[in-house]
Amino acid sequence: MAMSSSLVTVAYLASAVLFILALGGLSSNETARRGNLFGIIGMIIAVAMTIAAFVTRHYEWLVALMVAGGVIGFILARRVQMTQMPELVAILHSLVGLAAVLIGFATFLDASVEYLGVEKTIHEIEIYIGVCIGALTFTGSVIAYGKLSGIIGGQPMMLPARHWLNLAILIGVIVVGVKFVGETDHQQATLLLLAMTVLALVFGIHMVAAIGGADMPVVISMLNSYSGWAAAATGFMLSNDLLIVTGALVGSSGAILSYIMCRAMNRHFISVIAGGFGTGGGSSAGPSIEGEVQAIDTPVMADLLNNAKNVMIVPGYGMATAQAQHAVADITRTLIKKGVKVRFGIHPVAGRMPGHMNVLLAEAKVPYDIVFEMDEINGDFPKVDVSIVVGANDTVNPLAQEDVDSPIAGMPVLEVWKGKTTVVLKRSMAAGYAGVDNPLFVKENTRMLFGDARDSLEALSQAL
Amino acid sequence: MKIAIPAEIHQGENRLATSPEVVGKLIAAGFEVVVESDAGKGASIGDDVFRGMGAEIARDTESTWAAGDLILKVRPPEFNKELGRHEIDLMQEGAHLISFIWPAQNEELMQHLAERKLTVQAMDSIPRISRAQKLDALSSMANIAGYRAVIEASHQFKRFVSGQITAAGKVDPAKVLVIGAGVAGLAAIGTAKSLGAIVRAFDTRPEVKEQILSMDAEFLELDFEEDGTGQGGYAKVMSKEFVAAEMELFARQAYEVDIIITTALVPGKPAPKLITRGMLESMRDGSVIIDLASEQGGNCEATVPGEVVYKHGVYIVGYTDLPSRLAAQSSQLYATNIYNLIMEMCPQKDGSITVDMEDEVIRGATVVNRGEITWPPPPIAVGAERKPSFGGQAIKPEQDDAKAQPTTGVVVASEISRFSKSVWFPLILGGLALFGLGQVAPPSFMVHFTVFVLSCFIGYMVIWNVSPSLHTPLMSVTNAISSIIILGALTQISSGNSLIYILAAISVFITCINIVGGFSVTQRMLQMFRG
Repeated sequence: MAMSSSLVTVAYLASAVLFILALGGLSSNETARRGNLFGIIGMIIAVAMTIAAFVTRHYEWLVALMVAGGVIGFILARRVQMTQMPELVAILHSLVGLAAVLIGFATFLDASVEYLGVEKTIHEIEIYIGVCIGALTFTGSVIAYGKLSGIIGGQPMMLPARHWLNLAILIGVIVVGVKFVGETDHQQATLLLLAMTVLALVFGIHMVAAIGGADMPVVISMLNSYSGWAAAATGFMLSNDLLIVTGALVGSSGAILSYIMCRAMNRHFISVIAGGFGTGGGSSAGPSIEGEVQAIDTPVMADLLNNAKNVMIVPGYGMATAQAQHAVADITRTLIKKGVKVRFGIHPVAGRMPGHMNVLLAEAKVPYDIVFEMDEINGDFPKVDVSIVVGANDTVNPLAQEDVDSPIAGMPVLEVWKGKTTVVLKRSMAAGYAGVDNPLFVKENTRMLFGDARDSLEALSQAL
Repeated sequence: MKIAIPAEIHQGENRLATSPEVVGKLIAAGFEVVVESDAGKGASIGDDVFRGMGAEIARDTESTWAAGDLILKVRPPEFNKELGRHEIDLMQEGAHLISFIWPAQNEELMQHLAERKLTVQAMDSIPRISRAQKLDALSSMANIAGYRAVIEASHQFKRFVSGQITAAGKVDPAKVLVIGAGVAGLAAIGTAKSLGAIVRAFDTRPEVKEQILSMDAEFLELDFEEDGTGQGGYAKVMSKEFVAAEMELFARQAYEVDIIITTALVPGKPAPKLITRGMLESMRDGSVIIDLASEQGGNCEATVPGEVVYKHGVYIVGYTDLPSRLAAQSSQLYATNIYNLIMEMCPQKDGSITVDMEDEVIRGATVVNRGEITWPPPPIAVGAERKPSFGGQAIKPEQDDAKAQPTTGVVVASEISRFSKSVWFPLILGGLALFGLGQVAPPSFMVHFTVFVLSCFIGYMVIWNVSPSLHTPLMSVTNAISSIIILGALTQISSGNSLIYILAAISVFITCINIVGGFSVTQRMLQMFRG
């Protein structure tokens, strides 16, 4: 079917605007769902118009594949637990990366369009970069998925001389790239492209494998960004402005999220990407913690809460792993009914992806007006009677402020220890992902409630 | 030693430099006191009251001035038209004077005082340190001005200030905005509160927030970090961005409030213009603005010093004599401040004073010593400066121009240097890179590149507005839209080359998982964020 190219351009323009509105809508809860709808409409317009303009045969396969893919995607989206959002997002990122690689190869193999001179060089560079970013996004996301879902251990993989390995791969990619652009023989060039793809795949694996679990929010954001840049690079190679616009939007979105996450951990982006935690400083953790841990049981804690006026709940990744968000919400509702002021303090990197805790609390129907960002609420701890730390560790570690040699020194933390009493729900006395001991646990006004967070909270809910 | 209190001759001045109680206390401390006949008329204090406290009443002006070894005054000495002589020339040579002087603005007067070999303590030059608080006449007067500001506002305001529920219907309380919570501002807050108004206050200095909250008023905050504390507890000039945010706040408040009391002063500068004509227009008819900074040019664009004007339906009160309008009260507090100063110089209570230039309070206050000009005083050692207990951004009702204190400019300069380091280098580097690209790249590429760069900027602008609680939905929705890459596969799927066709088909399949999965999981999450 023939289509005027201006009509296609107009449709793409409409899609681009709708995508911008989709992201803009996320500025508030009220407009967010409308924004998502805009995004869906934009996607439908773009896909429908492209099919109408470019597809001339293989319709039956096209429809079958789209339906099959759609159904799988829909089922994934329905089935996924909110606690597993990071895994889902990671695996979806990998698909974008893979698609970028495949489309890049397809474009390279496509001999129907002839380029000459500088245009040819630029076109080849575009393909090369697109495939490269796509490949490392693909394997990086797969590894991130593995780490998040526990298939691969969360500890950073520390190969000897890993920085040199990274550097070698980088140089290899550039050398192969120069050869690829200069290569006139198509067969030979295809081999070079394949060689680079392998290098990029290895690089993606190595990069994410070397990053520790606590840095996952940065990794996820970064891969999000990469999937955008991969789309933008594909846009360049296909001379498609809609792809460029969308890729740039997604790319900058991911980059900003990475920046926010890094700032929240007081870490430099480069040092997160270079991998390992606390590798720059001395041997390992700072001074070992001395002091007695004071345990508490549920009835006592129920008493404590009944007598409190001002309660702050600080959730962390542990709440997600224990699926304790509903129990937390139950307790919140009970306490509010009793006239206790309950609020939530959320650290920006709590959980394994940006905004993870907010999603869990929203799922459990915790009213969002009592959920606060760290910066909004950190000054209020001196007025808090009881702080409940649910599965958070590094984000409430006073060492970040007290010990300049600590690997987490300077990271902004929630100052729970300034409240009257802090109850920490914890499975055991193991250190957090950062591998740093937490002196909060032995503070005089801290009580430990050991056990699975969900079981403890459900018992507590009963006791209240 | 004889202390003489002449009547004030300044136009519209009702205060005098003593009160009956202080006369009694001075006599008890061994002084003799002479008060000019009818000096207390403006403050409603008759001669008999002073006589009853033991003062001598002088018949006329000349004899009063001539009698005093120590003269107490409110206004700086000026030319007496009736007598055709300057007040300074009425004094004994070498006599002692305590008064407001404003040495920075009155150079000629200072010379005149020195020529007559006088010793002069200026009540406006008392150092702002803790020990001198009980001498601080500026704070006393500011306190009165703040109180009177609310009374004047209520006078112009044609409605109740407090809310009432009557048989004839409900009356809403007036909403009062106080800008600048120094001594005057805090006094205004207290007075407006006690009249039953809803009070909001704003100040550029974050440390006064607590004081405002302690008075049960609402503290308006900007979403902007900048500390406006300058030297000596006064405010300083703020950055452009801060002022813009501040003006926006005021503009929003102007829609809502009925009474605005402005007390914003910056030492050594004309008063900042905070209330624009546009804000006046947006205020309800019958609203009132009391501009306590009117003598320094006013915080409101429409202020006329000394007058009440009615513009855009708003009464703008620019009185510069608020303490004088409460003459009895002002005189009593001012007299007590002066008494405390005299007692600093008369520790033995033996009816004589000694000017100890080693004492930092006396040193600061003394502007002329035995005919020698001793102003400005050397700076007080760091750390002795106090934050005045009552805030500190004292409004100076009698001041023509404030003391010159170079406190501004520092912040701006350091910002510029930081800016140049962090921004210029990448900018230049980026510029060079673009130049290089422009040299080699074909036009078709540059068109796409333009689109790309602009999109990055749009992304940057849009994403910073995303609420942090929605970061997870943001990631899933960006994931879904990045699958727009499917367009590439769609253009290739009809290819005759079977390898291309297969690659494209796989791409279509996996991107569709992504599109549907991404959008529907986003939708699912956003459903939870409802309500």
